[in-house]
Amino acid sequence: MTTLLHDGTFEGLLTAIFEVYDRRLTHVKMQKGEWYASAMFEDMIKVTTDEARAVRVLKGLRAKLSSAGVQRLYIAHMAALEGEDDIIAGYIRYVFDAGQNIEEDYGNKYVLRVSEIVGMMRREKHRMEAFVRFQKLKDETFYATITPDFNVLPLLIKHFKSRYADQKWIIYDIKRNYGLYYDLHDTQFISLEFSAVNHPGKVIAAYNEEEEIYQHLWKNYFTSVNIPARKNTKLHLRHIPKRYWKHLTEKI
Amino acid sequence: MNAERITEKLNILADAAKYDVSCASSGSKRKNENKGLGNASNGICHSYTEDGRCVSLLKILLTNHCIFDCAYCVSRKSNDIQRAAFTVQEVVDLTINFYRRNYIEGLFLSSGIFKNADYTMERLVRIAKKLRTEHNFNGYIHLKSIPGASDELMREAGLYADRLSVNLEMPTEEGLKLLAPDKNRQDMIDPMSFLNKEIIQRTEEKKLFKKAPMFAPAGQSTQVIIGATHENDQQILQTANHFYKTFNLKRVYYSGYVPVLADKRLPALNASVPMVRENRLYQADWLLRFYGFNVNEIVNNQQPLLDLDIDPKLGWAIRNMQAFPVDINKADLQMILRVPGIGMESARKIVSARMFAKLNWDQLKKIGVAINRAKYFIICKSNEFERRDLTGTNIKQFILAESKSKYLKNSQTQLSLF
Repeated sequence: MTTLLHDGTFEGLLTAIFEVYDRRLTHVKMQKGEWYASAMFEDMIKVTTDEARAVRVLKGLRAKLSSAGVQRLYIAHMAALEGEDDIIAGYIRYVFDAGQNIEEDYGNKYVLRVSEIVGMMRREKHRMEAFVRFQKLKDETFYATITPDFNVLPLLIKHFKSRYADQKWIIYDIKRNYGLYYDLHDTQFISLEFSAVNHPGKVIAAYNEEEEIYQHLWKNYFTSVNIPARKNTKLHLRHIPKRYWKHLTEKI
Repeated sequence: MNAERITEKLNILADAAKYDVSCASSGSKRKNENKGLGNASNGICHSYTEDGRCVSLLKILLTNHCIFDCAYCVSRKSNDIQRAAFTVQEVVDLTINFYRRNYIEGLFLSSGIFKNADYTMERLVRIAKKLRTEHNFNGYIHLKSIPGASDELMREAGLYADRLSVNLEMPTEEGLKLLAPDKNRQDMIDPMSFLNKEIIQRTEEKKLFKKAPMFAPAGQSTQVIIGATHENDQQILQTANHFYKTFNLKRVYYSGYVPVLADKRLPALNASVPMVRENRLYQADWLLRFYGFNVNEIVNNQQPLLDLDIDPKLGWAIRNMQAFPVDINKADLQMILRVPGIGMESARKIVSARMFAKLNWDQLKKIGVAINRAKYFIICKSNEFERRDLTGTNIKQFILAESKSKYLKNSQTQLSLF
């Protein structure tokens, strides 16, 4: 068993795959992180991310998968689940070893697992599209904070950009300390000072004069549409798990 | 803005609109092409009430003043409640400001009938028009078509709204006569029929001229109240099926009657909402629309009621044991869709995956098949399969014994009352 140590990026992983074929390895394990001294006693290869090699692997994938299939692999990698690089590596090797496009072979454990991970990512992305709550600030920017289970912020660009084309907005991932800013023309990634984003008081002080009225109206609306005779807490919690409540105006 | 007054109006007019269960915001394809505000494509549920229903749209009545006196409705003329009415501008401001904060997908606007049908409809249309033309709003708009409103107004509504709906209220004409003597079923069918023709015609035009304006791109829907009158499930589903077929409806909603009035024609005020029955009706509705079932296979003269203990697909399967077992690795998609415990997604995956290799139990489980139900009805790449010659009744008992029904807790609390 050979362990391939890479830097954790998608390019790093693809370079590692290149090594597998270049060195004709059969039993491999993917590991991300730093090189450590004792590693020299193990069967370990340090992979240096090489764009040219990564691109060659990507080209190979594009030739054998649909473009959506390639994107699914990238999304699965973005989920950054512990130990799942072996799944992606297994998937890619299966792609190259098979004679046909295997992306619908759900009987295969790698294909199935990737489809599960992508499902988890899509669900989280969709939740963010639903649960983002903008607060209008004095400078007319609409500001929202999120703490998604996975790093889905880059997947949100298209949706929010096309929907809120005529207002400035920021969606900030507090957990990963970076955000997305739209300036009426384009989006860019930003990072704010930690004390600013983690201090709700400062945000409230920056509210536009109408903000509190609309928050109040929304909370009232939310209470008014409930039908007490149909109370179903289990279903309610299944749809909005408690960990999302802290960002939901109507649940604070 | 007078915050207090608006809050009060919103509370009254949202409360009065909440019995309309439709909250879909999908099925449209309105894009944000003018760099304006919003788009409407695939629906999003932005929140969920404590009763577990989706909150996707700002669902309000323009007013709860009403000239009608329908027994099932909180806003009926004779009910002694607070009345309120929004101005056009108030509805527009609420919609835009909620939308900008990502609270909602759009507006669902209904109304009590004040003065007459045209007067009411004209105001609903005016709000939609203002949102679209003055505020560049491309979010979802669902308008009620008011029975009796003129064709001209209906046509205009279709130009601004994504979806239009008129509620049948009661599954049968007799039911409606009993509870809403002022209303006439034909008055509800007329706008539905008119809009259906318009939609078909406009869709044809759109095929020829790309620039032709969209006309109610998310189609029409309707709602029937269940459990207020004595219609059985067969009558309800036959009605739904008829409306799906005749008027190309996108959805029929089933709203379990929530007691709002002491009236000898209606269930008592302490009667519980028929939520299980409502759920079974929705399951049956899905079987009609997506699973290729014919309505008579689900309910018929021998079987006029849906079984509340089990879902209607399982119900059909145990009445039709001659159709099973199905070989997962050979049967066509239509038949796999009929197996209890296999949904659309799993069926699709099975059909794709088996082209590579035959599937076994373990793989089926991982794909998402509910094996505890499906195992009685299928064979796959395995020597293990149900060999006993079980009757439908046996299977139902086995499945009920080992499954924890989501309704078990509810029915126990109900029983302990007596």
